[in-house]
Amino acid sequence: MAQPPAIELRGLVRRFGERAVLREVSVSVGAGATLAVLGRNGAGKSTLLRILATLLRPHAGEVSVLGEALPRRAWAVRGRLGLLAHEPLLYRDLSGRENLAYHAGLHGLGASRVEQVLEAVGMRERADEPVRLLSRGMVQRLAVCRTVLHGPHVLLLDEPLANLDPAASALVEPLIGRSCGATRVLTSHDPSAALAEADLVLGLLGGRTAFVSAPDRIEPGAVERLYA
Amino acid sequence: MREGRALGGRGPNSWQTTITVLRKDLLLELRGLETMPAMVLFAIVTFVIFHFGLNQATIAGQEAAGVLTVTLLFAAMLGINRLFVAEREQGGFDAFLLAPVDRSALLVAKALALFLFLAALEVIAVPAFGLLLLGPPLGRVLPGLIAILALGDVALAVIGTLVSAIAVQTRARDLIGPIVGLPLLLPALIGVARGAGPLLAAHGSGVPPGRWVAILALYDVVFALLAYAVFDFLLED
Repeated sequence: MAQPPAIELRGLVRRFGERAVLREVSVSVGAGATLAVLGRNGAGKSTLLRILATLLRPHAGEVSVLGEALPRRAWAVRGRLGLLAHEPLLYRDLSGRENLAYHAGLHGLGASRVEQVLEAVGMRERADEPVRLLSRGMVQRLAVCRTVLHGPHVLLLDEPLANLDPAASALVEPLIGRSCGATRVLTSHDPSAALAEADLVLGLLGGRTAFVSAPDRIEPGAVERLYA
Repeated sequence: MREGRALGGRGPNSWQTTITVLRKDLLLELRGLETMPAMVLFAIVTFVIFHFGLNQATIAGQEAAGVLTVTLLFAAMLGINRLFVAEREQGGFDAFLLAPVDRSALLVAKALALFLFLAALEVIAVPAFGLLLLGPPLGRVLPGLIAILALGDVALAVIGTLVSAIAVQTRARDLIGPIVGLPLLLPALIGVARGAGPLLAAHGSGVPPGRWVAILALYDVVFALLAYAVFDFLLED
């Protein structure tokens, strides 16, 4: 029997006040696949991720994640999603270890998992320093730890490599890269990097679907037109 | 598709979530010292102002109860206004909403944190009140006063948490707290002041009036249930 898609959007609409940020967006992402969402600033990429993360409600259309319809069954998918947003979602006055212990508590996990992810991103030595004293790159590494701490099945990655140098990018690759095994939705301002990661590409132009295509089948010039 | 739950299994229960959030809030206060010192300083300074403003060496009875209640209320407003600031400004709301937890645990944890802040405030402020303003000695009436203040603290903690959760979503959060909170708190404050009045009288009994204790307890229960019923909706988009 064919598996249902991990993520499915049909005619998704989301407004902020009178302004429609997403209009009639439809796309289907298979389990374990990577969807790259491209578009200029304000195209609706982050809003789309927040809807998939159950933090925003769709105003029209259908959204399902891991087979559960949102927002009605949002509770059933929380805990199986990981959101790496622009904000790290870490308390500045707490240390990295304390922050992760807090998030582990919210997911019913023990301290050993915290040490495991800190080790994976090379942050064990600096994990007792307050987050406000760390560099942006280190904070981003901790944010990656927070995102993958509970082993999510769907990763929602908003500019995941922002502030990371090549060495740090290589460290987080097994956690949030192609090889992690999770279904991924990622946004990037670097189209070539996003295309290299993607199985499917959604181009957003003014909140509307400009194209949905496999990376190697995108019309010549279509990506450039998103940013024109 | 990867089946089943993520690493967290079924996630923590409500009580575990409450303890997790409460522990984090107390740790944040311990690190930042943003709320408690301001509340204590405000209360002490207000007692000094009353001391000179009333131009009396000591006060007692209903007058003393009024001064104590009003001072503790305004000091509490400082804590109420800051209760959800870290959640709003540092993404704590989003992180909490992404977790597979009972959302009411956030209400309970925040109300418990505020209750503990108020109790700590009173541990310092009530003896200071006894030294700076109060005529009759505190010792004999202390158990009754603690009971009345604790019932008032429950109302402040529950209503304060509810109001703070509403206020923090708005741009005018510093205004919304007092404007919405004070009218809701009025019956509880009347109860605390009227209950504490006889205790602080020159020859008062050490037992708070049962009528005001009952009114305060009832008010606490009603608002606790109301807050529990509506809190989920406040967190929704």
